Amino acid sequence: MLEINEVKQEGMSRTATAKPARYTDGMARYNRVGKMPNAFISILFILLALIAFLPLIFVFIISVSSETSIAQHGYSFWPSEFSTSAYQELWKSRDYIGRAFLNSVGITVVGTALGLILMGTMGYAMSRRTFYLRGVYTWIVFIPMLFGGGLVATYMINTQVYHLKDSYFALLLPGAVSSWWVIIMRTFFQTTVPDSIIESGKMDGASQLRIFAQLVIPISLPVLATIGLFLTFAYWNAWYGAMLYITTNHKELYPLQYVLMSIERNVDFLARREEYSSATGGLMENIPTETIRMAIVILIVLPIACSYPFFQRYFVGGLTIGSVKG
Amino acid sequence: MTRQRTVANKPIKKRRRFSRDDFELMSISLPTVAWYIAFCYLPMFGIVFAFKNYKLAPGKGFIYSLFVNSKWVGLDNFKFIFKSPDLANIIRNTLSYNIVFIIIGAALPVALAILISEMHSRKLAKTCQTAIFLPHFLSWVVVSYFVYAFLSSDKGLVNAIVKLFGGDAHLWYQEMQSWPGFLIFINTWKTVGYTMVVYMATIVGIDQSLYESAVIDGASKWQQIKGITLPMLRPVISIMLIMNLGRIFSSDFGLFYVVTRNSNSLIDVTQTIDVYVYKAMREKSIFGYTSATALLQSVLGCILILIANTVVKKIDPESGLI
Repeated sequence: MLEINEVKQEGMSRTATAKPARYTDGMARYNRVGKMPNAFISILFILLALIAFLPLIFVFIISVSSETSIAQHGYSFWPSEFSTSAYQELWKSRDYIGRAFLNSVGITVVGTALGLILMGTMGYAMSRRTFYLRGVYTWIVFIPMLFGGGLVATYMINTQVYHLKDSYFALLLPGAVSSWWVIIMRTFFQTTVPDSIIESGKMDGASQLRIFAQLVIPISLPVLATIGLFLTFAYWNAWYGAMLYITTNHKELYPLQYVLMSIERNVDFLARREEYSSATGGLMENIPTETIRMAIVILIVLPIACSYPFFQRYFVGGLTIGSVKG
Repeated sequence: MTRQRTVANKPIKKRRRFSRDDFELMSISLPTVAWYIAFCYLPMFGIVFAFKNYKLAPGKGFIYSLFVNSKWVGLDNFKFIFKSPDLANIIRNTLSYNIVFIIIGAALPVALAILISEMHSRKLAKTCQTAIFLPHFLSWVVVSYFVYAFLSSDKGLVNAIVKLFGGDAHLWYQEMQSWPGFLIFINTWKTVGYTMVVYMATIVGIDQSLYESAVIDGASKWQQIKGITLPMLRPVISIMLIMNLGRIFSSDFGLFYVVTRNSNSLIDVTQTIDVYVYKAMREKSIFGYTSATALLQSVLGCILILIANTVVKKIDPESGLI
């Protein structure tokens, strides 16, 4: 019952090493859809791609519109006047925004490393067929996939027993491990790491830690990259933990996502800015409230939008090892 | 298939000592086991909340408050949930949104994946796929601003277009009849790229010789899809279905709370179990029946995932999740 998703490694390499040249041979050429259906499909997908991408472009245009243009015409794809004042304002409030940005970067880096270490070691231990506790471990990992204590219990334990409230640990620890990824790691180690490599390590007197670090990790980079990327995006996009565990007294702990969310909730962001920067005389009317939010959105999305096309193939690989049963 | 494997493992697992190797493996994985105990298993004991009337004992600490100071109330918290006037609406919302999401989430990405793999230009297909994948990488907070740019009552693009055609501006964040549609659209917009890519990866992996023999037998495109592509996709589709069924009592908090800007006028169509639990806990500090609700949600989800798995396995033994 517990053989969850035994996955063969082919699923990974197959998709990671791009497409087979589908239309080079005559059979495939003969079997493809006609010109008209192809045109129809192409137009359909161009439209879908636009729907997926346009909101981002729209928000970017808003962020570089001038405040007066927005006051007159509302949000528009063709603002009457452009302005970089929102970004200048962001730069001015860098004590607050910059801190939040660094928080996000730090949490992402540390969280990803932590998650990979925790899940890698667990996956490796579970992948050893001779491991004494293998059965126990499988259950430990499997049960939380089916059942959880629920929000209230989790919240109370984290705040009352571990005192995670208002600390970076609250943003790092709860999301570090996911059973799904542990199982994928286990399956990967089990199917791709040859037993002979581990045996040779043992014969040379290496400890399991050393075998894992020096022999297993170097040949497991594809799966580590995939899961590492998932973690990176998950931590970068996280706001729920901050909402639950970081109180308004500790705004210096806010990650960027939660700064954005709390601006929406109350417009005390500007007041905070006054508090943070010693620069005085920042008249309220001069601060571009409309555009500055959209500028923060761009600040968050830009790293994602620039990087995900290059990492996409890892994601595709990760999704397949996650969902294809061998 | 699973049975064979356990049998095959037996000889290796035969009673043996706890060796040095085992000790080392246990040591390196100890932090993770500790994590599981701390963040998964201890909160499970937190379900006692559901059977207690939690009262904080000032200055005595949490454990004391929960176990000594709070009375056992048996199933009172559960009775309270079922008496609550909001309950029917909350459950209806959660279930009906999820059912729609599951249906759209199963049919649309499969159709799109099949279509996009038929596109002649690989380059164009790749570009479109990349673009459609983007929303998956965005957080709900970011999405809520995207939505706001369109739906804001005084500056939003949608109202500008409505006015252009002579209509009256809508206060979108106060008009609940439009939101079921909006929420379904936004959720589809965000998730379709991900699932489409999952199915595409499976389609790419299908043995091309199957299609070749089908063509030689004179099969039409439609027959090939029906006879080869869909059956090959079936295990992936069923795993996705099982997982989604297990989550049918849960909802995406970000979608229903953040994207709707927690607007009170929309509450009748946006309040799902997760939103309700969160609000009751944070805004009203009610622990007993919120925790009972969360427990019910967990138990029902667990039962559903097991049922769905059994059913799928009955129909097709290869397709189960567990």
